[in-house]
Amino acid sequence: MPLVLAKRIIPCLDVAGGRVVKGVNFENLRDAGDPVELAKLYGQAGADELTFLDISASVEDRSTTIEMVSRTAEQVFIPLTVGGGIREVKDVDQLLRAGADKVSINTAAIANPDLINQIADRFGNQVLVLSVDARRAPTQSGFEVTTHGGRKSAGIDALTWVEEGIRRGVGEILLNSMDADGTGSGFDLEMIRAVRAISSVPVIASGGAGKLDDFSAALDAGADALLAASVFHFGTVTIQAVKADLTAKGYSIRL
Amino acid sequence: MIAILDYGSGNLRSAERAFELTGQKVVITSDSETALSADGLVVPGVGAFGACMDQLNAIGGAEIIRERVSSGKATLGICVGMQILFSSGSEKGAHQGVGIFDGEVSLIAAPVLPHIGWNSVSVATGSQLFAGIEDELFYFVHSYAAKSDPSLNSGSKVTTTSYGERFVAAIERGHVSATQFHPEKSGNAGARLIQNWAKSL
Repeated sequence: MPLVLAKRIIPCLDVAGGRVVKGVNFENLRDAGDPVELAKLYGQAGADELTFLDISASVEDRSTTIEMVSRTAEQVFIPLTVGGGIREVKDVDQLLRAGADKVSINTAAIANPDLINQIADRFGNQVLVLSVDARRAPTQSGFEVTTHGGRKSAGIDALTWVEEGIRRGVGEILLNSMDADGTGSGFDLEMIRAVRAISSVPVIASGGAGKLDDFSAALDAGADALLAASVFHFGTVTIQAVKADLTAKGYSIRL
Repeated sequence: MIAILDYGSGNLRSAERAFELTGQKVVITSDSETALSADGLVVPGVGAFGACMDQLNAIGGAEIIRERVSSGKATLGICVGMQILFSSGSEKGAHQGVGIFDGEVSLIAAPVLPHIGWNSVSVATGSQLFAGIEDELFYFVHSYAAKSDPSLNSGSKVTTTSYGERFVAAIERGHVSATQFHPEKSGNAGARLIQNWAKSL
């Protein structure tokens, strides 16, 4: 077997109050709202990592989220990334103690970029994923950072922000295309190419996956890992089918 | 009984659960007597080499490891818990390691770091850890690694991987062994490696 780092396939689950809240249409699931059950199933299906996106609105929900992370980490033995609601270093500490392997930050880093340095200095850059919600715009690079799920401009060029994040110590970039998100019409390949060209850390591409060929196209564009939600939740394509297709196309994949 | 050494480095709960799957009793401890007397000792570790060594020394961990190794008691280092078993590390300044294995832990020469994800390994002949899982992939997350110089550690079984350059993925000598990757995060293959190690206790 050639010694080549495998490209990663990462399903993403939206959770609130410790329950999966975005539509999940899975067979063989007693409780479609239980993140631990879904995490197990995705683990068995060959997911290389799992990402939980905590969309809880209230503070009370945070302790439920911590408990969910803890239950998942005790039963699912693949890496777990948790994003959403991280405002300060102690939030990261709590999640890592509960069993998260990585955390992703987004809005809080835009408001306070020093948070990146603080987290990376304390826990190492390998725990920190910078989640960038980007869309096409007439900025220097042609891509800008957005907030509020892509509805508002953050007033920052996306490539400038990625470079700053890396300089401050993030270990990975999660690049979400807000134009492609939810369309199922494929990843934003130009955006992936643009970020890959300037990034010295791994790039996880997200947004737009709708059919099998979309995944290899994103890897061709330079993504190190691919994250998707609906396409897996609704069984439009399965992780096994994606992995079989990528293997057939010559990519190094963990089967 | 398996003891997981708690010296303030990283989350230990998923490691605890992964080792419990072997059927052995598992304790998380920073108590030197417990750590010395356990059938197997797991030394985890995340973060920077120097910070890990400082935390390890704060609980007398280096002495515990040396004593276990010299008395032939099974000891398993994971990730930075492997790195600190080498002579020295150059992450954020020069640091002394515990010195069980010879070699320096230094920055991997690769254009994209950290090395994150599942990689295959070139398994050392006669490895016990990898018995039956020679062709599996394991989960790595690190930027620094012990470089494999064949002239060093001649008495050890050195399993390597490659990312930009070749480096140590795992090392075994007598009753001391270590992995750069995270077996507790490496799915079924990792579970099998942990089982292989536990069987030797």
